[in-house]
Amino acid sequence: MTAAVEGSQAIRQARTGAKPLLQSEAAQGFALVSPTFLFALVLLVLPILVVLAHSFWTQNYLTIDRTFTFEQYRIALTEPIFRDLLLRSLLISFAVSVATVVLAYPVAYFISFHGGDRKNLWLFLITIPFWTSYLLRVMSWKVILGYNGVLNSGLLALGIIDEPSTAFLYNSSAVVITLTHAWAAFAILPIYVSLQKVDRTLIEAAADLGDGPVRRFLRVTLPLSMPGVISALLIVMIPTVGDYVTPKLVGGKYGVMIATAIQAQFGKAANWPLGAALSVSTMLVVSAMAAASVLLLRLAVRWAR
Amino acid sequence: MKRMPGRWLPAYAALYIAFLYLPVLFLPIFSINTAPTPQFPLSGYTLRWYEELPRNAALIDAARNSLLVGVAAALLSTLLGICAARAITRYRFPGRRPINGLIMAPLVLPEIILAVSLLLVLLRLGLDLSLFTIVLGHVLICLPYSMSVLTSGFEGFDRSLEEASADLGETAFGTFRRVTLPMVTPAIISSLLVCFTISLDDFIIAFFLGGTQATLPIYIWGQLRFAAKLPGVLALGTLLLVGSFLLLTLAEMIRRRAEQRVQSAGVTLA
Repeated sequence: MTAAVEGSQAIRQARTGAKPLLQSEAAQGFALVSPTFLFALVLLVLPILVVLAHSFWTQNYLTIDRTFTFEQYRIALTEPIFRDLLLRSLLISFAVSVATVVLAYPVAYFISFHGGDRKNLWLFLITIPFWTSYLLRVMSWKVILGYNGVLNSGLLALGIIDEPSTAFLYNSSAVVITLTHAWAAFAILPIYVSLQKVDRTLIEAAADLGDGPVRRFLRVTLPLSMPGVISALLIVMIPTVGDYVTPKLVGGKYGVMIATAIQAQFGKAANWPLGAALSVSTMLVVSAMAAASVLLLRLAVRWAR
Repeated sequence: MKRMPGRWLPAYAALYIAFLYLPVLFLPIFSINTAPTPQFPLSGYTLRWYEELPRNAALIDAARNSLLVGVAAALLSTLLGICAARAITRYRFPGRRPINGLIMAPLVLPEIILAVSLLLVLLRLGLDLSLFTIVLGHVLICLPYSMSVLTSGFEGFDRSLEEASADLGETAFGTFRRVTLPMVTPAIISSLLVCFTISLDDFIIAFFLGGTQATLPIYIWGQLRFAAKLPGVLALGTLLLVGSFLLLTLAEMIRRRAEQRVQSAGVTLA
């Protein structure tokens, strides 16, 4: 027995050479991760640095003036058109993230606590629509909310309205509804994972100590599932602020978001520095909003307890 | 602990599923409608819109592009995902967490910001926009998904099997090929399918980095401007829907069977 163990150690040492095991393991691990790491450096970190650099420069017709300036940020944050678009994008992404989390929580709770043997099936059912083309899902909302759409023809047939309403499509609420639908799975999964981690004996203990179902939920389950709620909030809020397709298809004139302005600067308007400053501003402002929301949420949960 | 859920909880969950599925179901319904406008009541049943699809040269071209890009992106991101997931689950090294965070970052960044920053760098480098640049962008957005599928696959099996193989004299590569690889093949297949689906569905990256080359979502985007083209788009959308659904069901089945196999293998060994 001892001989076998010693033997295997000898083989291992022969394989790893004279170096201490730990150092060589670190080197091996780093070598293995480096292709992916390099890819992410070149295609993620470098581009973001380039965007950051551009945001401090100025477009001078076809050339770029590389004198350091905050002028682009001034334009991005104070020009009424960009300011309004940014504010609307923030408002929409806030509404969407709150709506998805609030709508998703009971479902995640149901699957985690009462899903029984069919938990995986439920999760699969919820993720399937999320994998179908984003473009097509947005388009189906256009089909539903449009002037000749499903909702209008349905309401007409039921005699609730006399003529098709234009109130459903081409506004901010259409964007919020569509995005809430599109990001549902992103909210359910993290909340479900954190609910799964909640120690069930704690809830039993609270019940034994005389807490009713509402207090048990507010004092045990909800605080313990906060990490999931927070990551759901962030994973929906940050990406939706820059959504391009949904406002374009169902937003109309009153649902335009900041992505359209960013795209225009890199396309027709050909003002890269301004586009870069708009992108950076959007990221900074949405991160600040996300941080504030997380803080508020934590306070609210503490207060509810 | 087994307290009855209120009646409303299962009802709400069912309603929620309906909310998720109903909008998607309108695509196939209206794709077999004779009227070009999507409207109830349906005017009649036809397969005309499907029959017209293969006669459209631009569509065939876009489909071929999408297939090429999807296969390349799936292979490349899974390959890079294997390296990183293996390194992160098997080895401890300085910077492990930040590197993992960096690779997963595209998941929480607005896609348009990824797209424009990539565009800026590619234009600065003087690279021509083509299918290749779309692949680069797709690998970036596929990697987080590939990583999560692969890390859970790599974590799922018993490390002692690898140690046993090493103790029996296999080299590191031999152990990987003969012990690790067979155990993680399902995760790899699952990653390939998921990445292919993401690439097939992506619009933003292809829109910014595609230049003149159109993939299927770009083609659909172009058609959406014309109301008369809608039924054709709905038919195409339905086909894509069925395709994605089949691929993902396959991925899920493979993943789940592997899970069971690993579990039962663990039981036999114990």
